[in-house]
Amino acid sequence: MSNDHGHHKETFISKYVFSMDHKMISKQFLITGIIMGVMGVAMSILFRLQLAWPETSFPILNWLFGDQWAPEGRLDSGFYMGLVTIHGTIMVFYVLTAGLSGTFSNLLIPLQVGARDMASPFMNMLSYWFFFLSSVVLMSSMFISTGPASGGWTVYPPLSALAKAMPGSGLGMTLWLIAIILFIVSALLGGINYITTVLNMRTKGMSMNRMPLTIWAFLLTAILGLLSFPVLLGGGLLLMFDRLAGTSFYLSDIFLGGGVGALEQSGGSPILFQHLFWFLGHPEVYIIIMPALGITSEVISVNARKPIFGYTAMVISLIGIAVLSFLVWGHHMFITGMNPFLGTVFLIMTLIIAVPSAVKTFNYLATLWKGSIRFTNGMMFAIGLVSFFITGGLTGLFLGNAALDISLHDTYFVVAHFHLVMGSSAIFGMMAGIYHWFPRMFGRTMNKTLGYIHFWLTFISAYMVFFPMHFQGLAGVPRRYYTFDILPEFAPWLDVNVFITLAAILGGLAQVIFLYNFFSSIFKGEKSSQNPWGANTLEWTAPVEHLHGNWPGEIPTVYRWPYDYSLPDADSDFIPQNVPHDGEGEEIHVAPVAPVASDAKKEPEESNTMFFTLVKNWFGLGRA
Amino acid sequence: MIASASMEEYNNNGKMHPQKFSLVLLIVGMTMLFLGLTSAFLVREAEGNWLHFSLPPQFVNSTIAVVISSISMYFAMVSARKDNLKQVTIGMAVTLLAGLSFVYFQYQGFNDLGDRGIFFSPANGSEGGLVSGSFVIMFVALHLLHLLGGIIFVAIVLVKSLMLKVHKKNMLSISMCNTYWHFVGILWIYLYLFLYFAPQF
Repeated sequence: MSNDHGHHKETFISKYVFSMDHKMISKQFLITGIIMGVMGVAMSILFRLQLAWPETSFPILNWLFGDQWAPEGRLDSGFYMGLVTIHGTIMVFYVLTAGLSGTFSNLLIPLQVGARDMASPFMNMLSYWFFFLSSVVLMSSMFISTGPASGGWTVYPPLSALAKAMPGSGLGMTLWLIAIILFIVSALLGGINYITTVLNMRTKGMSMNRMPLTIWAFLLTAILGLLSFPVLLGGGLLLMFDRLAGTSFYLSDIFLGGGVGALEQSGGSPILFQHLFWFLGHPEVYIIIMPALGITSEVISVNARKPIFGYTAMVISLIGIAVLSFLVWGHHMFITGMNPFLGTVFLIMTLIIAVPSAVKTFNYLATLWKGSIRFTNGMMFAIGLVSFFITGGLTGLFLGNAALDISLHDTYFVVAHFHLVMGSSAIFGMMAGIYHWFPRMFGRTMNKTLGYIHFWLTFISAYMVFFPMHFQGLAGVPRRYYTFDILPEFAPWLDVNVFITLAAILGGLAQVIFLYNFFSSIFKGEKSSQNPWGANTLEWTAPVEHLHGNWPGEIPTVYRWPYDYSLPDADSDFIPQNVPHDGEGEEIHVAPVAPVASDAKKEPEESNTMFFTLVKNWFGLGRA
Repeated sequence: MIASASMEEYNNNGKMHPQKFSLVLLIVGMTMLFLGLTSAFLVREAEGNWLHFSLPPQFVNSTIAVVISSISMYFAMVSARKDNLKQVTIGMAVTLLAGLSFVYFQYQGFNDLGDRGIFFSPANGSEGGLVSGSFVIMFVALHLLHLLGGIIFVAIVLVKSLMLKVHKKNMLSISMCNTYWHFVGILWIYLYLFLYFAPQF
């Protein structure tokens, strides 16, 4: 194969804007995701001000949103709902789907499977630009006179189907739908590329059971997206028709006041939308968390200097989660008057998901156990993910029970649950990925001290924000309320709301530290060696310089799985995938330089080795 | 370009071409779209307040047209594999004609529904509560949109075959066209049978 991949002339536009190189596209996804994340987090802090101090005037709100949306420095109730809706949409789709999966699938799939680029670099470029356009359309809805969509990120009809229902049901809702349709196109273009690249373009020797767990996670995430996003597209199309073409797929007999009278539409079913929405909506939760779990598997194994515990079990549990995620959407709809028999089926399926989730959690803990742990910033965030995944997962067992869900569903208990199990977890997975692969992206490392400060402030503030919400929920404090001071029974919880808002502000400030660290390290960070963490996967064998085609010469051949850490009889505590076993062919790329953090590295103890060998035999993973 | 470079490397290992594989995945996505929508049809139908009506007779003609086009498409592909270039052109031309006649029969079908007072939305004069009509028209129109993409694809391959660029060493475009065209054909037959038997579900 010729080596001239990178040597054609590149302009600024072709390199940084309409780039077809997967590494650049991953940076585009990441930076767009970060910008959207900043807006999403800022919105949450602004509406938390309202919850903590409902009667107080904040001049900043008036300055930001003007007299229409924040008269006298207090958020308008409709705009409050708009902020909540756009916050949810941004965080779920734009940050934790595109920002997480788009960034790391793009960066790592070709590099870790040993491909020169994605199957279709052009489609990959389109995927980013559809995402960008979608972001612009969504954010533009903040600037129209009727305000953004404000019926919640789940956009249930009739509020979303009936343009006259409230101001946020008007143009803002139409823009929301257009943005989501563009987003689905982006997700499908990206997902098709990811699946094709993983299944068709792996380098020689990279059999499926030698793929890093990151790749397994990205592959299954893309499959989930491919199977579920089209269903949301169908649901969104019907909603669009109801809004713009006068159909009544979702609109039942409705009589509007204010001289409007009875609608022409009748006979629709609003619950139908919920089925179509949650058929995507639940797999979407796993589309968010699975890449984060894949990243965590890799980061924990590298930094514990131990093979991942139970590779096969990890893969099977990912597949199990992926399959089950399509069979549980009804647990979001227990309170819709669903047939109790059907509800029981969804209940059982939901509780079964706890099994593969627990397998993953225990495997993380077992990987950490007696490891030569290096507490890098990436490792701290990966361990943070495990913590949130456990805390949030446990309350999933409560909510999966239909009988309990009926009383808890519309309370803060649910807010607490999903912000921990998929919000904080996935953010921490994303952060772990950013700190870990920053050297691969920019050739520099991020500042470690700032990373620790960022981690501890974020970790503590996230628990301070979401943990008290469980108690609010158990006490019956309803979610989606603009203010509680008109209801005396909720007055005691106002102080808790103040506490939560202060914690949220602290968490938001911690992200400023991250932003400074991220952007300053791109230019001024300490230069990194080629393989700073001493990792085995192929991306660390490719030069950091911007190079179309990833490797200047031949693509490396793979001879082993990616988790050969601390092998008892090896010279080094890591053996990259492209290093052959004794007498098995020629090594093409010599193992790169020793890791930066080599001082923290120590030889595994005897008991540790024995345990590891034992476990390998249990799981049939003796690969030597 | 990198794209073509990776393809060259790739062709050596004998798996399905990535572009064709991507098309198969796209078809999986489209299938999910229609499965989701037909499931929605069943859920809504089960709730009652639903008008059953017979499908337009012209849809039988369009079904025949789509079957003929699939046969001619297959004939064109087999001919390309054997390097019978003239037969490739004939096969593609028949496919295109049959495809266009399918569009015409669907148009007639829409007119037939309109004559019976079944429209997409109540604003066009149909009775309120006639969601079944909205569903049927949406299915047919959405399928037609997918088929129009196929017709453009068939026309491109036809032009290529006239320029003698479709032969056994250059099978990718006709093979992808073949896959997609069979998909829209099968999709129509599925929708037709689904809507035909739906009153009995």
